Amino acid sequence: MASPDTNPVDLSAAMLTAPVHLADWLVVAPVALCMAAGAILMMLRKSTWIQAGASVVGLSLLVVVCGALLAHVLVNGTVTMTMGRWLPPFGISFTVDILGALLTFVASIIALAAGIFGADDVDNSGRRYGFYPFLFLMMAGVIGAFLTGDIFNLYVWFEVLLISSFGLLILGSEPRQIDGATKYAFLNLVATTLFLIATGYLYGVFGTLNMADIMRKAPEMSETAPLLTLTAMYFMAFGMKAAAFPVNFWLPASYHTPRIVVSALFAGLLTKVGVYALLRVLIMLFPAERDMLGLVIAIVAALTMVFGALGALAQTDYRRLLGYLVISGIGVMLAGIALASMTGLSGTIFYAVHSMIVMTALYLVCGLTARIAGGFSLAEPADIYRSHLPLAALTLMLLFAVSGLPPFSGFWPKAVLVKASLDVGEWWMAGAILLTGFLTTIAAGRVWILVYWRARREADESEAVPVRLKPAVDYLPVALLTALAVLLGVYPEPFLEMSQTAASQLIHPAAYIESVFPAGGAE
Amino acid sequence: MEIYMTLLIGVFFSVAVYLFLSRHIIRMLLGAAILGNAVNLLIFTSGRLTPEAPPIIATGPAGTAEIMANPLPQALILTAIVISFSFFAFLLVLTYRAYQELDTDDTDEMRFAEPRGQQMPPLEY
Repeated sequence: MASPDTNPVDLSAAMLTAPVHLADWLVVAPVALCMAAGAILMMLRKSTWIQAGASVVGLSLLVVVCGALLAHVLVNGTVTMTMGRWLPPFGISFTVDILGALLTFVASIIALAAGIFGADDVDNSGRRYGFYPFLFLMMAGVIGAFLTGDIFNLYVWFEVLLISSFGLLILGSEPRQIDGATKYAFLNLVATTLFLIATGYLYGVFGTLNMADIMRKAPEMSETAPLLTLTAMYFMAFGMKAAAFPVNFWLPASYHTPRIVVSALFAGLLTKVGVYALLRVLIMLFPAERDMLGLVIAIVAALTMVFGALGALAQTDYRRLLGYLVISGIGVMLAGIALASMTGLSGTIFYAVHSMIVMTALYLVCGLTARIAGGFSLAEPADIYRSHLPLAALTLMLLFAVSGLPPFSGFWPKAVLVKASLDVGEWWMAGAILLTGFLTTIAAGRVWILVYWRARREADESEAVPVRLKPAVDYLPVALLTALAVLLGVYPEPFLEMSQTAASQLIHPAAYIESVFPAGGAE
Repeated sequence: MEIYMTLLIGVFFSVAVYLFLSRHIIRMLLGAAILGNAVNLLIFTSGRLTPEAPPIIATGPAGTAEIMANPLPQALILTAIVISFSFFAFLLVLTYRAYQELDTDDTDEMRFAEPRGQQMPPLEY
């Protein structure tokens, strides 16, 4: 108890007393929705007939909420909500800028596509073992990571999405899946532990975990504190999560083992969370230290993209080939982080959106193709061009998009990144991006010729069983994602503008800090 | 006190890394458990180690004279312990299942996802 002669501590100075504005609840709504839906579906997991329908309704609602959040952020600028009425450096803040809102929106669309596709792809035992609850909980982790403004909270969301991804990965318990999951689990555990070590040191240096607060203190600390070490550790940890070259071998070891819809979700979401975290920490929190690491990041980026494309060329298995294309795309995104110019970063953000959509769609068409062909081998011609023309056409568009050929979504971000490299005189980076595009085109073209175009052998002709695909659950999600890829390709203007604004918010984070610590707030 | 803790954490990290380099999953599992504890101790030490000083700032001039431990890292460790414990439980079950299904705990022999001697990609169209 304070004695009467001393000033009593004014607790209200440390608390938010103004009620939270109704629109600000949108900031936490996507995460809350995912967690609630996951919990409810977990309780109903024995009623397999209700799972798919309820999930599609829930995921559609999620798309609406995330779309509303993106619109809110585009109109009103960066928004912050702090938990438990504590003022920002003490309470955990969710801070949403355009980057976070945009990636959240795209992630929700991907989850919806996977949810619809899962209605046919996941059988009753998969549902009973919790495909849909894990899907929602993983989305909670992914979206939480995109929205949070607190670095320890980011670690917690990483763990949420990781542990749900374990559940999805071993759905089915085949020996292949257990083998892949073991490697995935151990290597990702090391990566998140590195993240935790770096965060422990960061708290020791700064005494705060709030990203906006770290940004305010970083410039004055850079002389005395080992910030370069911290930045290097974060680069290592998030590079591992994003599957950057020397530490990416968990991805080709595991991504081809689970059900195809799970592979599609992973390819669309998980590695991009790593890229997002790199953008947040390297570009926004420690830009001066990132400049010192610039050359290392550039070399890692170039090696990742070229080795990814070469790996794709060497594969006999369709799914493993796609895994290498995911890695190659990560290399292209890292190129923008290595350049760290406004143009380069907007290319990275645009490429992340493109890669999320196109890689998910490619895994889905790969699953449909395997259902018709009876396997994933590129050596067996499936003659899909003659039997399932729409599927062959959709796949061709997606393969063009992933190669970066013009009327589709891959073209613009690659063009922006090449321009950004040439602007700063990094001709070899531009060369690496173009070489990767060339190699990817060959790999993608080979897939289409070998699997879709080649006629079946005479002997197989009679044995071929016609497979019917259901338009509503099989074609709809693929067509939805392909339509988005075409839209990004033929009408890129609003998306380019959005990614440019997002990049400028990362480089000049004044609005981010202003949103967490409004003028007149506690110091 | 902090110096001794630092040395202990260093020993923990080296033991964990040594165990992770093994080919046998059961040793990697022990490495994962020790690594988790090493990180927890690291965060614990970064918040100062002081005996018998409650983290309550009294009002008045004597307010901050006494050095006390920062309680926040201890809260962070609680979160990290829960997470690493659930991870460890999952990995334990996964390892056991792997041993049952794959009949080995040697990572060199776990080639079910990436079998040896794969067919070459087709070279002609």
